Amino acid sequence: MALDKNQIAMRIAREIKDGNYVNLGIGIPTLVANFIPEGIIVTLQSENGMLGMGPFPTMETVDADLINAGKQTITYLPGASFFDSATSFAMIRGGHVDVTILGAFEVSEKGDIASWKVPGKLIKGMGGAMDLVASAKNIIVAMQHTNKEGQSKLLKECTLPLTGVGCVKRIVSDLAVLDVTEKGFKLLERAPGVTVEQIQKATEGTLIVEGDIPEIQF
Amino acid sequence: MNKTVKNAKEAIEGFKDNMTVMFGGFGLCGIPENTILELSKAKVKGLVCISNNCGVDDFGLGLMLNNHQIRKMVSSYVGENAEFERQMLSGELEVELLPQGSLAEKIRAGGAGIPAFYVPAGYGTEVGIGKESREFNGKMHLLEHALTADFAVVKAWKGDTAGNLIYKYTANNFNNMMAMAGKITIAEVEELVPVGELDPNFIHTPGIFVQRIFQGENYIKRIEQLTLSK
Repeated sequence: MALDKNQIAMRIAREIKDGNYVNLGIGIPTLVANFIPEGIIVTLQSENGMLGMGPFPTMETVDADLINAGKQTITYLPGASFFDSATSFAMIRGGHVDVTILGAFEVSEKGDIASWKVPGKLIKGMGGAMDLVASAKNIIVAMQHTNKEGQSKLLKECTLPLTGVGCVKRIVSDLAVLDVTEKGFKLLERAPGVTVEQIQKATEGTLIVEGDIPEIQF
Repeated sequence: MNKTVKNAKEAIEGFKDNMTVMFGGFGLCGIPENTILELSKAKVKGLVCISNNCGVDDFGLGLMLNNHQIRKMVSSYVGENAEFERQMLSGELEVELLPQGSLAEKIRAGGAGIPAFYVPAGYGTEVGIGKESREFNGKMHLLEHALTADFAVVKAWKGDTAGNLIYKYTANNFNNMMAMAGKITIAEVEELVPVGELDPNFIHTPGIFVQRIFQGENYIKRIEQLTLSK
């Protein structure tokens, strides 16, 4: 069975270590906050200008002046701080944010990522995605392995306009966990019940399979 | 020095066609509502607007867009409104999209007197087309030039008559840098107090960057994505 969105988020949450500062993108990455393992302390950064993001508010605590990068109302946790967007991107560009998790339309076997523009269809802009992928130490992509027509989104070369070049380190898709290496996508784990052959078929880029590939355990 | 003006109408004195203007805010959070509304009633047009976003159809910069007062937008994320997309696709509106962090730093640099700087964001993408690039520490970077404006319009939570500003939560966003980068900076605040009342240890924007300040009224503070805990 392919992973659902929550399972992708659950698997990615295991990549986060105690003490990490983490930036979560919009979509599946936002769900990762729900699965951070107990007993570890993680500080969430929102690139519009805050550290220490908390859960969504209630109707009683909602404040129009307190939103995340997806423009959703949120709350803050003890120890939070607020700052301007230049300081926020100094944290990102300066390598102070440990992990960045974001979605993608396509990833290439060289680690290029396309996530912001579909010519003729979606032209809203890149927001902070280009800054994040160009500078984060550890970039994890949450994505579907194929599009609705069943075509691979893990490619030799991206076909859509790029967000960044050679920057993606790890991918957690609905089918597999993979690392981007110099030789291509290295298969690390399979979704439960999904075979290496199925993953091979869904991957247009070079897939490296070494030894037995374990199933993701939940 | 008292920098107080009476209201938005007095604050926008000197706005001319084809000027470059910065507007603080991220989405609809921390936008200078009063000044935008006043400008949307004024005749000024052909403006080049630098703002992270462009409001929504009937609020924020969307109001000026509907009146065809904006010739060009410099932003990182746009198109939360149908009219924006229509004007962009028909060629009525010129749009320059920049990575959000590069946009923020270009504004900061403009205010800080740094003409240009290198960043890795956008290298190898269409953002890099026509820009100088250079390798530092084994990584490629793009040369980004600073931005300044004829007017910068910002919104703060509290301010004093010397122009010192304090923002609330994430409503700081682009306001702090933009205040630095305007030849004339207009600050509208929710609460304007006499000098001496704000604790100088907690000022975000020092008054030197602000030329005109007034207490705004009837803040709507519209929420774009009301999201509540389940």
